[in-house]
Amino acid sequence: MNSKQKNCPKKPLTRFITDDDNCWQLNQYKSFGGYEGLQQALTLSGSAVLDEIKESNLRGRGGAGFPTGLKWSFVPQGDDAPHPKYMIVNADEMEPGAFKDRLLLEKTPHQIIEGLIIGGYTLDADIGYIFIRGDYYTAIERIELALKECYNNNLLGRNILGSGFNFEIHIHTSAGRYICGEETALINSLEGKRANPRAKPPFPQVAGLWGKPTIVNNVETFCNLPHILNFGATWFKSLGRFKDAGTKIFGVSGRVKTPGLWELPMGTPIGEIIENYAGGMCDGYKLKGYLPGGGSTDFLLEKHLDTPMDYDEIGKQRSRMGTGTIIVLDDKYCPVAMVLNLVKFFAQESCGWCTPCRDGLPWAAVLLEKIEQGKGELADIQQLEDLCKFAAPGNTFCALAPGAVEPLQSALVFFRVDFEQHIEQQSCPYCNSDNLEDGDDK
Amino acid sequence: MTLQNQIPTNEIVEFSDVEKAQIDKLLLENPHISGVSIDALKIIQNHRSWVSDACILSLSQYLDLPLSDLESVATFYNLIFRQPVGKVVLHPCDGISCDLMGGEHIRKCLSNKLEINNGQTTKDNQFTLISLPCLGACDKAPVMIANETLFELIQEKNLPLIINNLKEAISK
Repeated sequence: MNSKQKNCPKKPLTRFITDDDNCWQLNQYKSFGGYEGLQQALTLSGSAVLDEIKESNLRGRGGAGFPTGLKWSFVPQGDDAPHPKYMIVNADEMEPGAFKDRLLLEKTPHQIIEGLIIGGYTLDADIGYIFIRGDYYTAIERIELALKECYNNNLLGRNILGSGFNFEIHIHTSAGRYICGEETALINSLEGKRANPRAKPPFPQVAGLWGKPTIVNNVETFCNLPHILNFGATWFKSLGRFKDAGTKIFGVSGRVKTPGLWELPMGTPIGEIIENYAGGMCDGYKLKGYLPGGGSTDFLLEKHLDTPMDYDEIGKQRSRMGTGTIIVLDDKYCPVAMVLNLVKFFAQESCGWCTPCRDGLPWAAVLLEKIEQGKGELADIQQLEDLCKFAAPGNTFCALAPGAVEPLQSALVFFRVDFEQHIEQQSCPYCNSDNLEDGDDK
Repeated sequence: MTLQNQIPTNEIVEFSDVEKAQIDKLLLENPHISGVSIDALKIIQNHRSWVSDACILSLSQYLDLPLSDLESVATFYNLIFRQPVGKVVLHPCDGISCDLMGGEHIRKCLSNKLEINNGQTTKDNQFTLISLPCLGACDKAPVMIANETLFELIQEKNLPLIINNLKEAISK
């Protein structure tokens, strides 16, 4: 594609975001080149668009990093393919420490919708859904208004922009459960059922919502599509600093000077994000560790700060890039308390379908609470290690429990001394040093 | 939320014309009846602040869906309330990013100020306290949602003002 003729952006995902409160509206989005990616797509065949997406090396931004083009290629095509086919935006952001999709939903609803229409066109889908977290009130309001703008401007409905392509989009506001982020659980929830994950195969690409071919992708994944169409796969690949293509919304939370979100090239080293963008640790606090990609990723330490935010590179350090939102643990917050918070969350959010998750996670929470309260025994550490193994991939029905024990299993290695101190002293060594009185030092 | 001493009910409620109109609109948009169940429960909750057993029985008759199906959905999701709640439901975040920034302390202060534990409603029926998992505003921690508004960077000293403003909003 003609990437040379256009002024190619370095930060495509956030180029529509300005100080103007109304920058999310259609006229402003269009003034920055919005819906040009869709126009470009409509000049091509669906299979040519899919080739471009494959060529771009775009990987799913929801956490797993599965190649988007490959995932989409499993959807049946041709005249005898089942219809309706569904495209679903997973906007049920609920991963602890993840807040990137909120930014995109509130500031660039049209970017998501444009990506979804392009996806629909690519796979000859009929109906799109935006499955959005019920607590994201501003985002819901803006998505609803943006959809209206699209229907009024022939960007949705029958014969979109004169192309002959018909596509409709509905919004579903979730009633709140973390497991709805798992794609087959999300599909069950859309069908009005409990959000228990489904057995695979069949994969949703073949038999998903109401038994029809269905694609579920994260908000940020869809946001990349207009730009890949607009500026080309070669440009997209050139954006990354390491092996992975494109940019990503990275974030940092915890006791850093300037917590926030930034669009940066894939492959940006973790340390650069924490130091240069999040401003480093708050005065009086030291970095003890961090979860590189939200609450279901393994801890990493200071010695790993040079690792690029690249799916495979972080994998080599035995953690995951996940959502790309880093949670920083400082030296004054108890690591056992941090893991307890996370495990309690996952125990509560378990759908209850399989035993390692339904029974294993609450058990781990009880043991961690016991240790944190100064009543732990050394045997509890062994028991926690065993519970991590029970919840490992292959032993559970979905990825919730394996993700849930990632911070726990790594904390047991990296912060073992802290666990042992709790047990030896029969108290939390941090209980007097936690500066939890207030956030006044910000 | 857990229910205690619950007795199966034969009681039904009559939905208002507005509720019926909103549910009918869902049915028009969705070719599969069961696909509307969560949204229909939310509509009922919007009008009645919580979803009683009688509401679920009535909805199952209205939609012609098995009672057990609706019951299983209504008891699964965090944001469907199965007990009466106060006029304002306070949802402080109990995610780790908030707790790293003093979120637990803020929740304790709220609890003390309102003299209720998590999951309970004040005697004057004004506030219910239900903490929620990570609210996705981690750079503004600690945070809380109430009255569809996100309160950011909450400090202990700001809590009285937040509570008073919410009280005024209810009385209007």
